[in-house]
Amino acid sequence: MKLDAKIPSGPLPQKWDKHKFDIKLVNPANKRKFDVLVVGTGLAGASAAASLAELGYNVKCFCYQDSPRRAHSIAAQGGINAAKNYRNDGDSVFRLFYDTIKGGDFRAREANVHRLAQVSVNIIDQCVAQGVPFAREYGGLLDNRSFGGAQVSRTFYARGQTGQQLLLGAYQALSRQIGLGMVKMYPRTEMLDLVVIDGQAKGIVVRDLVSGQISSFAGDAVVLATGGYGNVFFLSTNAKGCNATAIWRAYKRGAAFANPCYTQIHPTCIPVSGDHQSKLTLMSESLRNDGRVWVPKRKEDCGKEPGSIPEDGRDYYLERKYPSFGNLAPRDISSRAAKEVCDEGRGVGPTKLGVYLDFSDSIKRLGEDKIRERYGNLFEMYERITGENAYQTPMRIFPAVHYTMGGLWVDYNLMSTIPGLFVLGEANFSDHGANRLGASALMQGLADGYFVLPYTIGNYLAGTRPVKQPTSHAEFKRVETEVTERTKRLLAIQGKRTVLSLHRELGKLLWDKCGMARNEAGLKDALQRIPQLREEFWKNVIITGEAGSVNQALEYAGRVGDFMELAELLCTDALMRRESCGGHFRTEFQTEDGEAKRDDENFSFVGAWEYQGADKPPLLHKEPLVYEEVHMSTRSYK
Amino acid sequence: MNLTLKVWRQKDANSPGRFETYEARDVIADMSFLEMLDVVNEELIAAGKEPIMFDSDCREGICGTCSLVINGIPHGGHRGTTVCQLHMRHFQDGQTITVEPWRARPFPVIRDLIVDRKAFDRIIQAGGFISVNTGGTPDGNAIPVSKQISDKAMDAAACIGCGACVAACKNASAMLFVSAKVTHLNLLPQGKAEKDRRVARMVSTMDEAGFGNCTVTGSCAAVCPKEIPLDMIAKMNRDYALAIFKGE
Amino acid sequence: MKLLYRLFRSSLGRKYIMGVTGLCLFAFVVGHMVGNLQVFLGPEAINRYAHFLQSTGELLWLVRLAMLSIVGLHIWSAVVLTLENRAARPVRYTQDVFYGASYASRTMIGSGFVIAAFVLFHLLHYTVQVKGVNLTGQDFTTFETTLKNGTVTHDVFKMMVVGFSNVWVSLFYVVAVSLLSLHLGHGIGALFQSLGLKNDVWTPRLDRFGKVIAWVLVIGYASIPIAILLGYGKEALK
Repeated sequence: MKLDAKIPSGPLPQKWDKHKFDIKLVNPANKRKFDVLVVGTGLAGASAAASLAELGYNVKCFCYQDSPRRAHSIAAQGGINAAKNYRNDGDSVFRLFYDTIKGGDFRAREANVHRLAQVSVNIIDQCVAQGVPFAREYGGLLDNRSFGGAQVSRTFYARGQTGQQLLLGAYQALSRQIGLGMVKMYPRTEMLDLVVIDGQAKGIVVRDLVSGQISSFAGDAVVLATGGYGNVFFLSTNAKGCNATAIWRAYKRGAAFANPCYTQIHPTCIPVSGDHQSKLTLMSESLRNDGRVWVPKRKEDCGKEPGSIPEDGRDYYLERKYPSFGNLAPRDISSRAAKEVCDEGRGVGPTKLGVYLDFSDSIKRLGEDKIRERYGNLFEMYERITGENAYQTPMRIFPAVHYTMGGLWVDYNLMSTIPGLFVLGEANFSDHGANRLGASALMQGLADGYFVLPYTIGNYLAGTRPVKQPTSHAEFKRVETEVTERTKRLLAIQGKRTVLSLHRELGKLLWDKCGMARNEAGLKDALQRIPQLREEFWKNVIITGEAGSVNQALEYAGRVGDFMELAELLCTDALMRRESCGGHFRTEFQTEDGEAKRDDENFSFVGAWEYQGADKPPLLHKEPLVYEEVHMSTRSYK
Repeated sequence: MNLTLKVWRQKDANSPGRFETYEARDVIADMSFLEMLDVVNEELIAAGKEPIMFDSDCREGICGTCSLVINGIPHGGHRGTTVCQLHMRHFQDGQTITVEPWRARPFPVIRDLIVDRKAFDRIIQAGGFISVNTGGTPDGNAIPVSKQISDKAMDAAACIGCGACVAACKNASAMLFVSAKVTHLNLLPQGKAEKDRRVARMVSTMDEAGFGNCTVTGSCAAVCPKEIPLDMIAKMNRDYALAIFKGE
Repeated sequence: MKLLYRLFRSSLGRKYIMGVTGLCLFAFVVGHMVGNLQVFLGPEAINRYAHFLQSTGELLWLVRLAMLSIVGLHIWSAVVLTLENRAARPVRYTQDVFYGASYASRTMIGSGFVIAAFVLFHLLHYTVQVKGVNLTGQDFTTFETTLKNGTVTHDVFKMMVVGFSNVWVSLFYVVAVSLLSLHLGHGIGALFQSLGLKNDVWTPRLDRFGKVIAWVLVIGYASIPIAILLGYGKEALK
C-alpha cells in the first residue's frame, strides 16, 4: 500500500480552484449510467446523496435509522463556522484555516483544511437558501457568536439546534431527490460489508433490519458517511446506534485506518449518575461563552452548597491557567484541566467527577431573560436530566467522549486506499488533526458532501466505465455468505453474558487506559486485555431471537463485535504515538506545567494502518505532514 | 422503586399483539424511562427471552426516534419531553405502567413498540423542501429576514418528526407535523416561490397516507416534545385555502 | 373543477365546508335568539315579528332551503370526517386519555347529533306544528291573534307559552341549548382555526370570544322556557 494524498500543486490558496479545473468531468448524459451507493444520511451523507442526485447520478442511499432525518448530526447544538467576516472582526479564510490547523495541533493536512475554510462560506449561503432558520439580528442579517478555540465571532447558529436545522436542510434536499426518483432510499438497512472486485469498491452487503434479509447492492462507487466510532467507549455523547461497522469492514477489506487514537473528549457534558447510564448528554460548548468554570480551592469545600463558597474560595482554573482564552480554551485543554482538578480531589457532585459551570455573573450582567433566550433549551434539558435549576445553582459538567478525529484515510479527493471507496465527514480522518474545534464538524460534514465530493467523485468515475458488476457476481455471493455465517455464529454462541455488559466492560477499560490521559503501561495492559475480552465475547455472549426478523440484540452484537477489534487498533495507535498532541495526551510527554508536548521531529505524520489479517498485527504507513504556509508552533492558549 | 410494566408485544405487522406483564425492580430515580427498559431487557436476555423491542437513538430528545405511549399519553405527558428524557423520578414505587406503541393506520407496528413512520418521509418528499440545487446560491445576507419571521420559522422547524402528535390525536391526524414544515418554509422569503405548490402537495400526500382529520382538540400540541403550537395548523389552513383558490 | 375537487375531497377542504357552514349556522343561532327574546317584550312584539317573517314569501323559502343545504353540508362533512377519523386508528389504546383535549372538542359529533335530533323535533314542534309532538294535547295551528294594526295572524306568543309549559319539552330544550353551547364553545374557536383565520395574537381572543358567546347563547335561549315554567306569559294570555 502506498499513501498518495494527491495534493494538487501550486500555492495553497489556489490549490482547490486549480484542482477543480484539472479534474475530469463526466458527461451529463453519462451521469445517469453511474450508480453511487451512499451509506449514512447525516450531514455528509445526506448532502452528498442530494448533490450527486442533482448532478444526475443514480443514487442509492442507506441508513440504519427509520428515517434519514434521524442521523446523529441532528444532535449538534452549538453552531457552524464560516469565514464570512460579517462581524468585521478580522476573520478571513486564512484565519479560519489557521485556527483549524492550530486547533488540530498541527496534525491535519494543510491543503484539506484550507479547502474546508474556503468552502465554509458557500455552506452558509447554501443552507440559507434551503431555508435553514439561522439566528438573525433585528436588522434581518445573520447573527454570529464566538466559540471555543477562536478569537473571532464566526459561528452561525440556530438556537441550540444548529445540527438539527442543518441536517433537516440536507434531509429536505435529499427528500426532494427521493421524490423526484433520483435517489432510492433504504432506511432501516445496515451496511455489514464492502465488496471489492479487482481492487475497486463495487458494492455493499446489507441487512434489512425489519426482515433480517441479507442482500447486496452493486454500484460504481461507494460513499461511506457513517460517522465516528466514539461508542467504542460505551458511554459517549453519540447516539445509541452509532457504530463503526461500515468503516471497520472497509478497513478489513483494505482501506487504511488513520489516526484512530485521536479521540475528542468534550468538556461540557452532564456527569454520569450511575451504572444504569446508557449514554452521556452534551451541553453545548456555547455555554462557555457566558458560563464560568470553577471548582472549590479546597477539597473540604467540595461537598458544600456551591452558593455558600465565597468568591475567594473558588478556583476559576481555566481563567487562571489560560488568561487569554479563559473559559473558551479548546476542548482538549478544557477537558484535561477538568480531569486534573478532579484528580486532585476537588471535583464536585455525588461522584466527585464534575466541575461547576456557573452563570450567576452573566445573569447579573445580562439578566436572566437574556440567558434564557440564548440557552433556554439547554437549561431545560439540564433540568430534565438532573432535576436542578441552573439559573439558581451552577451546572455540573464533566468531560465525555464526543467525537473521533481519526477515521478511514482519504486522499485530497476523499477517496480511501480502495479505489472507488469515498469516505466523508466524521468517518474520515482528514481535517481536524488531533483535535477538532467547536462548530467545525458541521462545517466539515457539509463541505465534504455539498462541495467536495460532487467534484472529486466525477474525477474517479470519468476514469472508469459504467460497467456494473451484477450482484450475482461470485464476490458478492462470497461476501454475503461471510456475513450470513457471522450472524449465524453470533446467534449460536448462547453463552451467559449480554452484549451490553461486554460493551460496558470494553468501554470502561478504554476510558481508563486510553481516555483523556494515556501512558505506555496502561496501553500495554489494555492491549493485553482487549483480546481476552474479545474472546470472552465470542465464547460467552448471549443473543436471543432469530436472524430473520427485527432483532435489536443481534444488531447490537454485530456492532460491538467490531468495536472489540477497533479498540485494539485504537490502543495500538496510541501506543505508537510517543508524543502528546491534541486529544491524544500521553502522560510521559508533557511540559513542566502539564501541557501536551508534541514531537514534530518524529511524529509529524498521519499514522495509517493497513489490515494484515486476523492474526497478524496491522501495518503502519506514514503520510508525512508538510506545512508550506503555516509555521508549526507550540499551541498556546495562555 | 419497583414497578409493574404492561407492555405491548407483537411479533410483526401481520401478527396479533397482546400485553405482557414484567416487573422492573430496583429502579433508580435518575434513570430515564428507556434506561429502565434497558435494565428489564438485560434480565430478559440473560433469561434467554427476547427483549422488549423499542426504537431509540440519540437519547437526548432531538432525533425523534423514541416513540412510546405511557399510560395512554405519548412520551408520558411531561411538558416538552421525549420519552428518552423522561426520568423515573416522575413515577412512584409500586405503580403499574402501560407501555404501547404509537397507534395509527399510517404507522403500522413493525415489532413490539416499533412502528413504521415512512408516511412522514413521503409527506416531506412531496413538498417539504425549498427547490434549490447545491451551488449558485446568493450570499446568506443577500435577503434580510426579520428576526420575528426567523424566530417563528425556527419555532416551526424545531419539529423532530417523532409522530407523537399523530399518536395523541383522537383522530390520528398529522396536521401538526405537516403544518410545522409548511409554516417553516412558507414563512421564509426563500420558501415563498413554491408556497402554494408545497402546501397542496403535502396535504394531498398526507390525505393519501390515511391520517385522520383535525378537530382542533389540541392533544397534538399538548404532547409535542418541541411544544409546537396550534397556530401552525391555522397557518397551513390559510395557505392551503389560498393555494386552492389560485388553482393548485 | 379542481377547486371543487379540492374542497370536497381533501381533508382541509372538508374542514372549510364544515367551518363555513358552522359560521352560517352560528349566525342563524344568534339571529334566532335575538328574535325569540322578543317574547319578553310581550305578545304584540313577538307576533308582529313572526308575522313579518311569515309574510316574506318566496324569500322565506329561499332562506329555508339555504339553511337546509347548510345543515346538510355541515352534517355530511361531520359524518365523512368522523368515519375517516375512526378508520385512521384501527387499533385503539387501552386507555383513551386524549391528553390536553377539552371535553367539548372530543364530543363534537355526539353533541352535534343530539342538537340535530332536537332541531328536527323543534321544527315539527313549532314550524310544522305537528299536534302529536307538543305533548299538550292542543293544536298550535288553531292559535290566532289580532295585531294592533288589525292584521289577524298566528299567535306565536301563545304557542311558545303553551309549548314550554310542558316540563319535558322545556327540559329537552334546555338540554339541547346547553349542548349547543358546548358545541359552539369549541366550534367557534375551531372554525376560525379551520379557516386559517388565527395566529398567535388572534387565537386567544377568538377562543375567548367563542366561550363568552356560548354562555350568552345558553343563557339567552334557556331563559325563555325557564321563564315560562316560572309563570311568565300566563298573565298576558288571560
